[in-house]
Amino acid sequence: MGEETVLVMEHISKAFPGVQALSNVHLAVRRGTVHALMGENGAGKSTLMKVLIGMYLPDQGEITFLGRRVKIESTQQALRMGISMIHQELSPEPYMTVAENIFLGREPLGRWGLIDKKKMVADTRALLERLEIDIDPNTVMRTLSVANTQMVEIAKAISYESRLIIMDEPTSAITDREVAHLFRMIRALKAKGVAIIYITHKMDEVFQIADEITVFRDGQHIATVRAADTDRNSLIAMMVGRELTNLFPKEEATIGEVVLSVRNLTRSGLVHGVSFDLHRGEILGLAGLMGAGRTEVIEGIFGIQPIDAGEIYVRGERVRIQAPADAIQHGMALLTEDRKLTGIMGVLSVRDNMMIASLGSYTRGGFLNRRVIDETCGREKSRLELKTPHMDQLIKLLSGGNQQKVLVSRWLLTVPDILILDEPTRGIDVGAKSEIHRLMSKLAQEGKAILMVSSELPEILGMSDRVLVMHEGRVGGEFVRKDATQETIMRAATGQRVAA
Amino acid sequence: MASKAAAENVGKHRGWESLNLFLNKYGIVLILLAMLVAFSLLSEGFFTARNIFNIIRQISFMGLIAIGVTMVILTGGIDLGSGSVLALAAVLATSLAQLPESATLKYAGLSVPIGVPVLVALLIGALTGWVNGALIARFRIPPFIATLGMMTVARGFALIYSNKPLSQLTPEYNFIGQGAIAGVPFPVIVLLVVAVLTHIMLNNTRFGRYIYALGGNEQAARISGVNIDRVKIGVYTLAGLLSGLAGLVVSSRVGSGQPGQGVGIELDAIAAAVIGGTSLSGGIGTIWGTIVGALIIGVLDNGLILLNVDQYWITIVKGTIIVVAVIIDQRKNR
Repeated sequence: MGEETVLVMEHISKAFPGVQALSNVHLAVRRGTVHALMGENGAGKSTLMKVLIGMYLPDQGEITFLGRRVKIESTQQALRMGISMIHQELSPEPYMTVAENIFLGREPLGRWGLIDKKKMVADTRALLERLEIDIDPNTVMRTLSVANTQMVEIAKAISYESRLIIMDEPTSAITDREVAHLFRMIRALKAKGVAIIYITHKMDEVFQIADEITVFRDGQHIATVRAADTDRNSLIAMMVGRELTNLFPKEEATIGEVVLSVRNLTRSGLVHGVSFDLHRGEILGLAGLMGAGRTEVIEGIFGIQPIDAGEIYVRGERVRIQAPADAIQHGMALLTEDRKLTGIMGVLSVRDNMMIASLGSYTRGGFLNRRVIDETCGREKSRLELKTPHMDQLIKLLSGGNQQKVLVSRWLLTVPDILILDEPTRGIDVGAKSEIHRLMSKLAQEGKAILMVSSELPEILGMSDRVLVMHEGRVGGEFVRKDATQETIMRAATGQRVAA
Repeated sequence: MASKAAAENVGKHRGWESLNLFLNKYGIVLILLAMLVAFSLLSEGFFTARNIFNIIRQISFMGLIAIGVTMVILTGGIDLGSGSVLALAAVLATSLAQLPESATLKYAGLSVPIGVPVLVALLIGALTGWVNGALIARFRIPPFIATLGMMTVARGFALIYSNKPLSQLTPEYNFIGQGAIAGVPFPVIVLLVVAVLTHIMLNNTRFGRYIYALGGNEQAARISGVNIDRVKIGVYTLAGLLSGLAGLVVSSRVGSGQPGQGVGIELDAIAAAVIGGTSLSGGIGTIWGTIVGALIIGVLDNGLILLNVDQYWITIVKGTIIVVAVIIDQRKNR
């Protein structure tokens, strides 16, 4: 590699509470090449990139950039050194113009230290023209389409004249025409010697644009290969090929009649005509890559977001669900994906958090029956082996796993028939994880119907009786337990036709 | 050996923790007690039964509004309109409670039972609160804006209704603010009853817990099946009702209803809630904390006046205390 190598990251490790996000990972990127990073959700790609641009400090490891050992402690520092990044989640200043967004934090100054707006607009115009992006620099950012916003972000990253540009799923929001445009820009950058790290889930793109590919899995470096020397199937095998360990597989349960039917569920731009049935005693796994529309389906079913079309039937009867309260009324429960944002009420007690969804069952003459509530809390605490000093403890002071148990308890107290679990074990430790798996299995045996969204393939495979795979807002494949493998699911999730 | 040291360390740690917990919970009571002791030593006339009742009667109107605004803040909202609603309720109620021979008679010869002005004050308060709640819940107007609008609109209505004071009120009406039962001033009784009822409502009813849940995490509460619109409308309606009640008490206390009454009282009420430990981000706060907060403001006002401190300095001291209280609150919630 020698002089050609722009970036070397070695022995990088990074742990978060309960997760080893990266263990002893390495990556080398050469000048004038596109280096693709691939791997499942949570494989460590984004974490490694955040280490590179100084958003995270690694627990250990060395970074060599342009031949010099560096310690990167902030994104500003990374930018100054010549590393810029296009983030997957766009974060423009919505009320500023395109020019102001591109020059944010490095505005050209004129006389008396005032911003030289003319120069800013002229420079932006020159930049956009050079990149053949047809957007007026004076447009207010929020009036742009998502695709154009993405193009501005790309232009911004290029405008830093960086030696290395990281692109985190840059094509997730743009059309084929713009993808072709982006690839033209990438080739021009390559010709100028810029190195590009390209994170994507899309196989087609990888083989179109990448020179080298590095695959991560569970925070570990699996392989680095030349794109010319590999093919889709071996990439998929590298991405998923792990042993099923630490899992509590689902026990046999009698699968009964249909309790929930979803027909042609549509949410404009997000979900396109999704239909499925969920049976008593069944765990139905909903798999797919990030952004495939799984959470959006659930939000529609549970009445969190309005649906544009489609019908929902509970035990054969058509139901109208306009708010979560309606869904609960029909015997549904939803454990949401983001515990902090939509699950716990941080400054409230464990008791309040546990009882909130079922308080109606614990009133007598309009007043809460504190004695029964305290008995119920005590019972739940021992049943779930909840670790909390007392029920008045603020829930935010509990560990992630214990918070999750409180939320599970919240929903079980509503005595639901249909449990929707969105990433039920994300970010919790292995012990709590297997306890939740055991509980799910038991609930299925008791005749509950469970719809489980998970981004972890082993969890999907270990727990599901049946698996639905979503791809770009549609059901891309359906597998019964015995036909579901990591490879078949991954193929369906990346939009490849399921080969017989 | 090592484990013993560790255990001691844990013990020490526990000690610190429980001290912290104690201070978090009772810190403001200690501050109130310290102020009482200080003013008693500095001023002879301060610690007498008469003056203490005087203080509580002084804060009773503001205290009623503070209880309402505490509930509102618990949901994560704010109410800036209470002072104006107080005035509107005051002029409406007093116009229905004037002696037939009054000089400033609004309705000549009108003689209605005492229940009518009382009901009118409470209803107009509740109505303005309902409007606030509906604007916030249904039209998604930020509480700050909706109640800021109500602040000017209600004041305008009060001025249109009567641009001069309505005085010479019936004895029954005057009893509300000036009477006493068994030596305890009636406004003090009203405040205590309202405080106790609200405390019970907040802690022992579903509606009360939903108020906390809304401030704790509105989205989580909604997903848990809480009808958040209904809770919001209910809370603002209750707060409005208490502003109306405060209008009754204040106009009766001074013996006249005036369209300029209660200017700025909402800020004292918010200050009382915040000093009493209510978090402006919602979900944290108690009624008894707010009452202690109101007492701190009342004692400060009263004590400093007894010490002949300049009125302008009193406002500076009050403002400083509010900011310090919020700084402490921020550190606590980190």
